[in-house]
Amino acid sequence: MKVEQISIFLENKSGRLAEVTNILFRAGVNIRALSLADTADFGILRLIVNQSDRAKQVLKENGFTVGKTEVVALEVPDRPGGLGEILKILHEAGINVEYMYAFVQRSGDNAIIIFRFDELDKAIRVLTGSGVRVLRGEEVYAL
Amino acid sequence: MIWDDEFETLPREALAALQSKRLRDLVDRVYSAVPFYRRKLDEAGFRSGDVRGLGDLPNLPFTTKDDLRETYPFGLFAVPMERVVRVHASSGTTGKPTVVGYTRRDIDTWAELMARTLTCGGTTKGDVVHNAYGYGLFTGGLGAHYGAERIGATVIPISGGNTKRQIMLMQDFGSTILLCTPSYALNLADVMAEEGVDPASLRLKCGLFGAEPWTESMRGEIEKKLSISALDIYGLSEVIGPGVASECIEEKRGLHVFEDHFIAEIIDPSTGKVLPHGENGELVFTTITKEAFPVIRYRTRDISRLSVSPCSCGRTHSRMDRISGRTDDMLIIRGVNVFPSQIESVLMKIEGVEPHYQLIVSREGSLDVLEVQVEVGEAIFSDEIKGLETLAKRIEREIKELLGVSCKVKLVEPKTIQRSEGKARRVIDKRKL
Repeated sequence: MKVEQISIFLENKSGRLAEVTNILFRAGVNIRALSLADTADFGILRLIVNQSDRAKQVLKENGFTVGKTEVVALEVPDRPGGLGEILKILHEAGINVEYMYAFVQRSGDNAIIIFRFDELDKAIRVLTGSGVRVLRGEEVYAL
Repeated sequence: MIWDDEFETLPREALAALQSKRLRDLVDRVYSAVPFYRRKLDEAGFRSGDVRGLGDLPNLPFTTKDDLRETYPFGLFAVPMERVVRVHASSGTTGKPTVVGYTRRDIDTWAELMARTLTCGGTTKGDVVHNAYGYGLFTGGLGAHYGAERIGATVIPISGGNTKRQIMLMQDFGSTILLCTPSYALNLADVMAEEGVDPASLRLKCGLFGAEPWTESMRGEIEKKLSISALDIYGLSEVIGPGVASECIEEKRGLHVFEDHFIAEIIDPSTGKVLPHGENGELVFTTITKEAFPVIRYRTRDISRLSVSPCSCGRTHSRMDRISGRTDDMLIIRGVNVFPSQIESVLMKIEGVEPHYQLIVSREGSLDVLEVQVEVGEAIFSDEIKGLETLAKRIEREIKELLGVSCKVKLVEPKTIQRSEGKARRVIDKRKL
């Protein structure tokens, strides 16, 4: 039920993001979703790719600091209030969202949103219990 | 293990008597041979024969780096050039280098002192010594070379640079002893990791590192990464080169000063007053056996302290602390004295922080600004902004607590701080005063 996300430390310098995408392109890795969190000095690039291990390896070889985190991909009804329903379930269960970002692709009529929780397993239990569809890793990498 | 059983374990009273006699001889010798010293001694009220022993030392005049520059190149030599068989010179980052000379006997003394140093790390004639100190005008390479040969070890005179080749030869030749600067040892470890070479598969057992100040935490890092014992050694060309003082592998706590050849003092750098044992101050050396280039009370600008407490290795020579800073490397930031080594000690206390850092000092308006650049390796990386910001804040807070100076920590990508092939460049001072 969990999805592997890789994260990369980037200094706020022009060309660093392009460098990452170039390295992944040369390695034949396809980016499925991404988010960039930034501060004045540095940024953290978070990626869901079709081949996590390969991506991590080539980025490390090129001198980047790379981390691996488990996140959850949820199907969210693509209509007003869709996301709100899910956040309400999480709030009532006392689960904190560390960060989230949307997937470009859709799954049928639904949007896909990536979530990072402090209590991952509990979140999965609560969400599936409430009828929210949690996507498997293979489904996400293959989208 | 001790190289010179007689002199390295001389009882303290006998040592003091020997130092007194040798000091007396030295002063007489330079008074007649070196006009510079005659003038300085005259000014201080000494005539030839006035100096009777150690008790007179605090009243003798200092010799400084400026004195060496003024007498460039050979003005302080105490023997005719026919007796000088070699010169070495410091890098001379500002202006002319400082030049030092050796007689045949000085070279012999130096080889003995470096044999002592290497023996402090357990070197015997069965060892293969990988000598990555630079050969040439710098004293490191040749000084260590002669000491290793004196022991009868096999010397690999590799000198500095070309790190991948160094690692290959270490593997192929089965090197057991590593000699280089501590920052280069870390560089070697990094390149080994990149090349997939497991240091534990090498035969290296001990490294003797010097020529730049380093810290206890760097020792831990080097020992862990290279699977060796790491010892601190000390020397400077003005005194003889490497071979002035060395840690022993038995205790690794303070460096034994080879006191039958050098008298060490600690002074207050601002007043010149001699400080008692145990107090921090500027190290001052008097060379009592050198012929070509003896110095009287040479001010090293290195900060240390001395201790005469007995050592389990059996040496009676007093120990100096590892150098904790330089009187001239000292940064003054918003009126506060800051040594780069203090900032390093803060960084090394934090789990996972690599010993690669750089200090950038600039001035915004009339205010000094200190930026500490720290590389983000995997051990401290977090996929959440708050994780990294908490780390940066923590470093800022701990530096502020230790130094009383606020700074800004800038997290940078790995390997972006320049690696050294010799002395690490820790400080970039952009202030235009």
